[in-house]
Amino acid sequence: MAITAENLGKHFGDVEAVKSLSFHIEHGELFGFIGPDGAGKTTLFRMLTTLMLPDTGSASVLGLDVVREYKNLRNRLGYMPGRFSLYQDLSVEENLRFFATIFNTTIEENYHLIRDIYIQIEPFKKRRAGQLSGGMKQKLALCCALIHKPDVLFLDEPTTGVDAVSRKEFWEMLKDLKAQGITIVVSTPYMDEASLCDRVALIQKGTILNINTPEAIVAEYGKPLFAVKSARMYELLGALRGFSFAHSVYPFGEFVHYTDSRAEAQPEEITAYLAGQGFTDAEAHSIKANIEDSFMALMESPSGQEIP
Amino acid sequence: MKQFWGFVMKEVRHIMRDYRTLVILIGMPIIQLLLFGFAIRNEVTNADIAILDASKDYMTTEITNKLLSSGYFHLSAELASASDIEGVFRSGKAKQVVVFSQNFARDLYKNGTASVQIIGDASNPNMATILFGYTTSIIQDYQFQLAAHRGQNAVLPITPEIKMLYNPELKSVYGFVTGLVGMILLLVSALMTSIAITREKELGTMEVLLVSPLKPPQIILGKVLPYLVLSVINAVTVLLMAQFVFNIPFRGSYGLFFFEIMLYILTALSLGIFISTKAKTQQVAMMISLGALLMPTILLSGFIFPVENMPLPLQIISNVIPARWFLVTLKAIMLEGLGFEYFWKETAVLSGMAIVLIALSMKNFKVRL
Repeated sequence: MAITAENLGKHFGDVEAVKSLSFHIEHGELFGFIGPDGAGKTTLFRMLTTLMLPDTGSASVLGLDVVREYKNLRNRLGYMPGRFSLYQDLSVEENLRFFATIFNTTIEENYHLIRDIYIQIEPFKKRRAGQLSGGMKQKLALCCALIHKPDVLFLDEPTTGVDAVSRKEFWEMLKDLKAQGITIVVSTPYMDEASLCDRVALIQKGTILNINTPEAIVAEYGKPLFAVKSARMYELLGALRGFSFAHSVYPFGEFVHYTDSRAEAQPEEITAYLAGQGFTDAEAHSIKANIEDSFMALMESPSGQEIP
Repeated sequence: MKQFWGFVMKEVRHIMRDYRTLVILIGMPIIQLLLFGFAIRNEVTNADIAILDASKDYMTTEITNKLLSSGYFHLSAELASASDIEGVFRSGKAKQVVVFSQNFARDLYKNGTASVQIIGDASNPNMATILFGYTTSIIQDYQFQLAAHRGQNAVLPITPEIKMLYNPELKSVYGFVTGLVGMILLLVSALMTSIAITREKELGTMEVLLVSPLKPPQIILGKVLPYLVLSVINAVTVLLMAQFVFNIPFRGSYGLFFFEIMLYILTALSLGIFISTKAKTQQVAMMISLGALLMPTILLSGFIFPVENMPLPLQIISNVIPARWFLVTLKAIMLEGLGFEYFWKETAVLSGMAIVLIALSMKNFKVRL
């Protein structure tokens, strides 16, 4: 077990940022914490990386307690904070060399780990880190977090504020790193990134709503789901909410995602109901739930934590 | 050790890259010393005076020559009668008029007394007082010369003896140099280190440093070392300028001088570290350093106002200001050439402050966020 947490909790004043979380992460896993801003992801990461003391419960990373054995642990973990945390007035190369030095290693020694990432920013190695683009900054930060060959890597929202192409590249890199046996824990507010993880924990208001493989979480979505479309979207929402079989209704891009409370509901029943409400142009078709649908459903379920 | 030097090198790079700040840090002592030394001074030179010499004997000529060769005065007019006096004041041609009575030399020999009248332009009372002081001391000096010259026959005039120790010419730059050393070292050491450490917190890089195997003493010492070097450079600059630009004598031992300077820098650096353990942002660190350190150092250390002249509450407060103790030792070494036995108490107070501050900083340095 690479990481275990038992009833881990942290509060700031009256705000419970993390509420008694328990979970396990396996060696070599690419694990994602998925949740909106303010869900408690950063606080959780700071506790796991020994930067914050938990108020309740305990956690161990690589078998080392995050409170008692923090000194040993700090040698073995890599951490990339959510905010860009490199020296803006130092060049790309100087930043990397600095982090290699303070971890008692050299760039040359562990170059094989970062090669695929570093060659992309190497043309700019004399440039100051502050003048890099968002995507390149993240690549450099990842190199700096990797240069000492950590056994476990914590990445706090590494793709926030990064363009779509760079985000995709970044996840490719994480897959390569996982192939080298590094346990990777990543947090993200982007639901679509969940499917790229081995397992994910959906987190909201300091509570884990569900932990499972992305496929299983989606499969757990028990009720029939329909994407509904009409020219008058706003009125459509109200009309669907007024449908007596409606379980949940929320806008999703150009569609409204409508969940029916009957297991055997058919799209024709919905269009028929909507036509009766004056939405003659309404279209509805059955779709498979994605992570965001699951997340919305879990958020609305009163049971809260549903850990298998 | 390699980790530590890597950290120091990074710190040096930060300082070198921010060349504007570096120029200010290196240039500030030079500019301030020149300002205080040349522009803001209490003494007067080449003041315009007029002389009304009714006697014109060898004695009044000698006194006039002595006055004019002192460097303090410049003769703007020789007057023929008392009615001209008001005219030269009104036209601003003279700040002071010296009037010798008739038969000056004869009166002095015969009656043992002669009178010289000094008329000052008291519209600027400070200037008038200063000029008056110069004139009387020059005339007094002449009396002594005369008496010595005439040997036993001389009737030595009984006059209150005024002797200015260590700074016989009351040169204000002497006092400013020591005060400036205290102020600049505090500024560089405390302000810059506190900012350098809080900057890491503010930019989030402290998070990464803490997760690294670097130990807190390595982080702190790595931050402090470059500023220590910078402070010593500043101290040497001021010392060299004091000697070669202002011709201030250095009477004491250089070894002691550097020992006391290092002790003071250490105290100031630990103050800076202590501030950084409390302040969360660079702005807070700067406000604390400037408001709570620099102002009291200038006003309460004895740099500008003598501590003895302050009201009692301020005197008590001044005890916690490191510069107050440092200035005493620095003056003792530089200007008076005294040995360690004269300022071991001040040295002990400074050492105590440094130890307490370092202990507090170590205790307050957070290994977590």
